Amino acid sequence: MVESAAPLQRAAISTRPSRRRWSLPWSRVILGLFSALVLLYLVAPVAIVIPMSFSAAKYLSFPPPGLSLQWYENFFTRADWTSATIQSIRVAFTVMVLATVLGVAASLALVRGSFPGKELINLIIVSPLVVPAIIVAIAIYGIYVRLYLVQTFVGLVLAHTVLAIPYVVINVSATLRGFDVRLEQAAQSLGANSWQTFRYVTLPIISPGIFAGAVFAFIASFDELLVALFIAGARGRTLPMRMFEGLRMEIDPTIAAVSSMLITFSVLVLASAEFARRRSRGD
Amino acid sequence: MTTGKVLAERTYQESIISRRLELRRQLGYIVLLLPTLLLLLVLFVYPIARLIVTSVYDGNQFTLEHYRRIVEVDLYLRVLRTTFTIALQVTLLCLILGYPLAYFLASVRARTARLLMILVLIPFWTSILVRTYAWMVLLQRQGVFNRWLLELGLIDEPLRMMYNRIGVLVGMTHVLLPFMVLPAYAVMRGIDPNLLRAAYNLGASPFQAFLRVFLPLSLPGIAAGSLLVFILALGFFITPALMGGRTDMMIAQLIETQIRTQLNFPFAAALAAVLLIITLVIFAIYNRLLGLDKMFGGGY
Repeated sequence: MVESAAPLQRAAISTRPSRRRWSLPWSRVILGLFSALVLLYLVAPVAIVIPMSFSAAKYLSFPPPGLSLQWYENFFTRADWTSATIQSIRVAFTVMVLATVLGVAASLALVRGSFPGKELINLIIVSPLVVPAIIVAIAIYGIYVRLYLVQTFVGLVLAHTVLAIPYVVINVSATLRGFDVRLEQAAQSLGANSWQTFRYVTLPIISPGIFAGAVFAFIASFDELLVALFIAGARGRTLPMRMFEGLRMEIDPTIAAVSSMLITFSVLVLASAEFARRRSRGD
Repeated sequence: MTTGKVLAERTYQESIISRRLELRRQLGYIVLLLPTLLLLLVLFVYPIARLIVTSVYDGNQFTLEHYRRIVEVDLYLRVLRTTFTIALQVTLLCLILGYPLAYFLASVRARTARLLMILVLIPFWTSILVRTYAWMVLLQRQGVFNRWLLELGLIDEPLRMMYNRIGVLVGMTHVLLPFMVLPAYAVMRGIDPNLLRAAYNLGASPFQAFLRVFLPLSLPGIAAGSLLVFILALGFFITPALMGGRTDMMIAQLIETQIRTQLNFPFAAALAAVLLIITLVIFAIYNRLLGLDKMFGGGY
């Protein structure tokens, strides 16, 4: 009697949709605390940079002893910082446009088409994501030396486009796969040609994927260090290159100001990508 | 009889037309694909192929000289060993920190998990340089942590937390942890809670249910995360270059210095080939176990 009651009792507890689905309360407390610490480890270093960038001290301390905009002033008035930033924005913007156009076209072919070698091509297109950046960097450097593309804007843009295309293809392919092809057939049966079908039916529906892909493409180029280090040269110096120099020699506090702006930028980007995703799902 | 013939004839004609249309459609797709394919062949596949050729061919003949040097010179072997050790240590740290976090996120309500996930995603989308900088500010000799510890009287002189292995591990784990948490969380979310209820009903304790049911079901997620973290760690450059000591040099740094200061391209190419082969082998394992398409399907 006692023996058979125990499982029954347990069954009664566990069929209730309780919060203790997976573990006991005390272990949940420990788990929650541990998780909070891990989240703190992830976020705190990023968050701490922002107040420090407003520090009035010559060294970086936290909490800052006083407030000042000296590091921001430093950033905006020094030509090496501003020119590197402008260069990075120019490169990343061009890469974003190029990679998005190429990537959308390639995604259409890869999702809709059925031709020999499709799997292999798919693999080649995403592989820049998984091959270590240093390998891509020196490989491209090796042929750029012969093509006289080292230290050119075009060279840097093309190299970054190779690295950015996978992000576009992955995002756009994902939205294309969930796409109801009958919508296009309906458009065509109503007399739309293939361009009109693409422009007025396909494009609006897959636009969240394109948007996300474009954002990732921009960031892929904007944050890229190694390839730029090899092929950009001193005159075409990008922002990551300038930051890397600033960190290698002495730890330049101007980087706190740059970092704060970059963090704000990535939070905005993340928020807009999330917004686009929600809108595409209609909630 | 004649009607049948006519019908058959027409079906045949139509099949030819539709086949032609189909062919034209496929040709159109190939045209759409061509620019991307060309760019990747010229600026990715060919350069890497050439890199590998450079490592074994010195202009006149086939040679394994550069590979022999990697194996024979102590310094280079040590770099390889360090690279593996650090990658392994970082993977373990990510597992230890990431698994409980993913488990926790998977066990709270989806809304709460989505909000907490923002805390994982913000550092994930922040430039590695920014994050490395943040850690340098915290860990350096005159840094925030040392200042706090000194003020509190916990230490008498600053601790060395940077330009050594500690700095490398703290910085790299910080960068790579999201790569563990995201796939692990995605898989754990997909585990049917009813399976655990069933285990409880059959008399399992929470610990047994976790060990026998949840853990095995979550393995694909942590396998994906671990392999990803390991591969990314192998090719890491920024964090060890900025936060490591002399003895923490990893293979990507060695390749960089071989080209930028030694100007020894063939030797750097051989090192790159070694790194590439190791990376590809791990990816082949990944593909075999989990399928590469899963890797990027996390939704984030």
